[in-house]
Amino acid sequence: MPLPSIPTDFALPLLCFLPFLASIFVLAAPGEKIRGAAWVTAVVAAILSLLSLALFPSIANGEVLISRIEWVPQLGLNLTLRLDGLAWLFAVLITCIGFLVVLYARYYMSPKDPIARFHALLLAFMGAMIGLVMSGNIIQLAIFWELTSLVSFLLIGYWYHRGDARDGARMALIITGTGGLALFVSMLVIGHIVGSYELDDVLASGGKIVESPLYPVALILFLLGAFTKSAQFPFQFWLPNAMTAPTPVSAYLHSATMVKAGVFILTRFWPVMHDHQLWFWIVTYTGLATLIFGAYTALFQRDLKGLLAYSTISHLGLITTLLGMGTPLAAVAAIFHIANHATFKASLFMAVGIIDHETGTRDVRKLSGLRKYLPFTATLAIIASAAMAGVPLLNGFLSKEMFFTETAEFDPNVFVNLSLPIGATLAGMLSVAYSIKFVHGVFFGPPPTELEKVPHEPPALMRRPIEILVLICLAVGIIPGITIAPYLAAAVHSVLGAETPYYSLSVWHGFNLPLIMSIIAMVGGAVIYVPYYRKLRDIDGVPLTRGLVGQRVFERILVTATNRWARHLVGAFGTQRLQPQIFVVIFLALAAGIAAGWARMGNLPLPDSFDPVLGLVWLLGGISALAAAQQAKFHRLASMILMGGAGLATCLTFAWFSAPDLALTQLLAEIATTVLILLGLRWLPKRSPVPESTPMAARLRRYRDVALAGLVGLGTALASYAIMTRSASEGISDFFLANAYKEGGGTNVVNVMLVDFRGFDTMGEITVLGVVALTVFGLLRRFRPASDSAERPEQQRVLDEYAPGSSENVADDFLRIPALIMNWMFPVVVVVAIYMLMRGHDLPGGGFIAGIIMSLAFILQYLAGGTRWVEERLRILPLLWIGWGLLLALLTGVGAMVLGAPFLTSAFAYADIPLIGKVPMATALIFDLGVFALVVGATVLMLIALAHQSIRRPKVAGSNKPKQRVGADKWN
Amino acid sequence: MELTLALAIGVLSASGVYLLLRPRTFQVIIGLSLVSYAVNLFILSMGRLRMDAAPILSGADADIANYADPVPQALVLTAIVIGFAMTALFLVVLLAARGLSGSDHVDGKGD
Repeated sequence: MPLPSIPTDFALPLLCFLPFLASIFVLAAPGEKIRGAAWVTAVVAAILSLLSLALFPSIANGEVLISRIEWVPQLGLNLTLRLDGLAWLFAVLITCIGFLVVLYARYYMSPKDPIARFHALLLAFMGAMIGLVMSGNIIQLAIFWELTSLVSFLLIGYWYHRGDARDGARMALIITGTGGLALFVSMLVIGHIVGSYELDDVLASGGKIVESPLYPVALILFLLGAFTKSAQFPFQFWLPNAMTAPTPVSAYLHSATMVKAGVFILTRFWPVMHDHQLWFWIVTYTGLATLIFGAYTALFQRDLKGLLAYSTISHLGLITTLLGMGTPLAAVAAIFHIANHATFKASLFMAVGIIDHETGTRDVRKLSGLRKYLPFTATLAIIASAAMAGVPLLNGFLSKEMFFTETAEFDPNVFVNLSLPIGATLAGMLSVAYSIKFVHGVFFGPPPTELEKVPHEPPALMRRPIEILVLICLAVGIIPGITIAPYLAAAVHSVLGAETPYYSLSVWHGFNLPLIMSIIAMVGGAVIYVPYYRKLRDIDGVPLTRGLVGQRVFERILVTATNRWARHLVGAFGTQRLQPQIFVVIFLALAAGIAAGWARMGNLPLPDSFDPVLGLVWLLGGISALAAAQQAKFHRLASMILMGGAGLATCLTFAWFSAPDLALTQLLAEIATTVLILLGLRWLPKRSPVPESTPMAARLRRYRDVALAGLVGLGTALASYAIMTRSASEGISDFFLANAYKEGGGTNVVNVMLVDFRGFDTMGEITVLGVVALTVFGLLRRFRPASDSAERPEQQRVLDEYAPGSSENVADDFLRIPALIMNWMFPVVVVVAIYMLMRGHDLPGGGFIAGIIMSLAFILQYLAGGTRWVEERLRILPLLWIGWGLLLALLTGVGAMVLGAPFLTSAFAYADIPLIGKVPMATALIFDLGVFALVVGATVLMLIALAHQSIRRPKVAGSNKPKQRVGADKWN
Repeated sequence: MELTLALAIGVLSASGVYLLLRPRTFQVIIGLSLVSYAVNLFILSMGRLRMDAAPILSGADADIANYADPVPQALVLTAIVIGFAMTALFLVVLLAARGLSGSDHVDGKGD
């Protein structure tokens, strides 16, 4: 069929990323519309199926399609998508069975389930799986591997209101996630051995990996990953527990795709890793043990999904055994069986889903004789089970015969020579027996008596996916040569390359040893089942292996590690108290500083100059700081004033060392901080000094803190002295100095940096400021003072006793003249603020400074008129100012992008305004205007929120009295 | 000159750290402010101390060697504003915690 050829660089990324995009789309689409989500998923799955099918001609003859998306080419990290025969086979299984599962789920899922989440996860899983099989880079492969574990966790736990679903999901995640971690490490080791992380290079490395001394490490970790994912013994127990997932998920993940990831990766790395005794013994016998154990356990399951789960484990064991044997023919059989198992097992899961759906149970003891009620479903399920049992003329027979042939090959080792064929035949018998149990127990026998409703056939469309799959089973089983042969050949060739052996897919190979083994298995299975079927039906648990529960070990480890050990660790190292934590943090920081700085200290030169003025400033500043520390407990006001003293010394220092912008900002921020703290002081508890009654422990703690603080002070002083006395290294400052005027259009370099060169930082900074203001506002809206500070402050009460009402109107009394001046100052301060804003680009000033000055104008009004007076007259809405400020700043940045420049690029020019003269007009000014608006809004909002508390009569914490609110409602 | 500033930074950070380790929220606020002063001065001193260097360019053909280092200044300016926001937020958190727990201890309980 001539197909339009699709460009590789388009098709492969589409195949890999379309599911993820669709997943996001389904999640983001409004509403939980069952039809919409299902439609989108179905269409996407159909597109992907057709796309992957259409890609076959391009890889049919051993070609490898590669599409590279460069990410960090310097480190060799690229997103490589690679499609060869094996990846193609898997991609087709994933997309086509995915499509059928979506169709099936449309009828299976109840409209009450959150259907959008289901489809989104299904799509995401599809994408992860496609990404896994198409990974051309082994690190990328490990990432997609973990992604499949994660999404499968979410899918197994889809009904998360059910405890067993949560447990099953968690177990699956822990087991497969741990295995994924091991796989990731092994990928790193393999990449190290080969010297490249590209899959092509790894596959071309020949015997390099096997001959490396690191091979055992790489192999064990690799197998841990593969075995956990493919539920090999002894990690098999997560798979039956994952059956708590919705049945479409089980049909998709636990038959066709996810559990196949383990055998996929075994196949993928088979060419470069199998040629070693270690591989042979571990892989073959793990597989054989899993094969027999799974088949044996499946026989005793009461839950139909449990039976299928153990059967899946057993079949995965079969594939693993084949891959372990290391002969090319065995590898062919393994690949063939991967495809066969996916088709019949997915259809069986779907059939069980129908039975569950129609009867309300999956318990074999309650089911029987369903053939009369569900004739079509029964026929389909019987054919699929026959394929599972390996009955001739079905696809399962072909690959099972190949398996028998391989096990029957002569091997010089007697143990191998006997154990493989005997084990294989035994497992064959068991699998025939459980297949008969499934078919006979459910569909034959007397009509069911314990069902709550009368089962009937489901909608025909729900059966259609099963019909298609069963048809494939039949087609492959009867005419393999014209159905599967070319595709299998491509997959086999991509793994074995030149080693590809001759193999025959014909149904009849003559009367040989494998056929005898098959016949023994068939007869033996019937012999096991028939005499005991009643017992098998009602048996509770699995005889002989009851004690052998990996699950119990797992749960015990989980409880011990996450519960007991965690508690011990918290008891040993944790504390809920803040002070010890801060102590440890500061202590560690000090230790790190000493460790890093000790050797680099060098010889400290003696001071060569002393500035008496600066010395005096800091004599006062230092005393203020120490006194503030000493007074902070009992004399908060004094401590705050002293802190202001230290702040002023800092401010003077900024001015002293040629930083006028900093001095201005520091001064203004200082004022705003002081006002805020003053407003807050009123809500803190009274505390008066207690005469010497400090206990010994507290005093010791204080000495310890003094010692640490002293050491930190000494350390910072030494460090800063050491740095200041050596010459500066070449920095980036010269760039800003040289370009501020040329490219930023301003002479105030600091401001140009803030609004232009480093505008993005400022953007983040004003966002932080806005967030803080909103948080403050939000916290104070529901402010509940402690009961002991809910009363009006003592000073106000004294005033009121003296002259009732006077505490409300201090401005009319002794503050009248200052209040008048402050009132008159309002326009002046606003003009100063605007002036500071306008000149900021060229002279000290700018949005921050202007913003704080502007808010100081409001503070003055508060001081002069009182809270109530201001709130009645305040016409600005701080929330709007914050919003507009942020928007303005953002729009300036986006405007630059619209004009084709990077975000926040600014332009400037000089405008000639009559009377005023030449005025620099930079777009940075608009940005600065945004900063200004935001700072005004944020500061005023915080201020109002705090100040408003004093006129509110808020509920006291813990009391249930009705709210009594006084004052303007908009601030409540 | 360098020694004075170094000592100032040391004294500020010592008093600040001592207060950070105190049990009262108000002490911690004052302590944080003092530590911010110390840190801001420390960052400024990274540009080396220069008195009487012009902070404002005289035009396009200015000799950049004569000017104060703008990078630490821009960093400190941002730090001052963020420090202000942090103090305000912490103050309100302390007030809310005091209202809810009735105590001004940093752990919300104890005395």
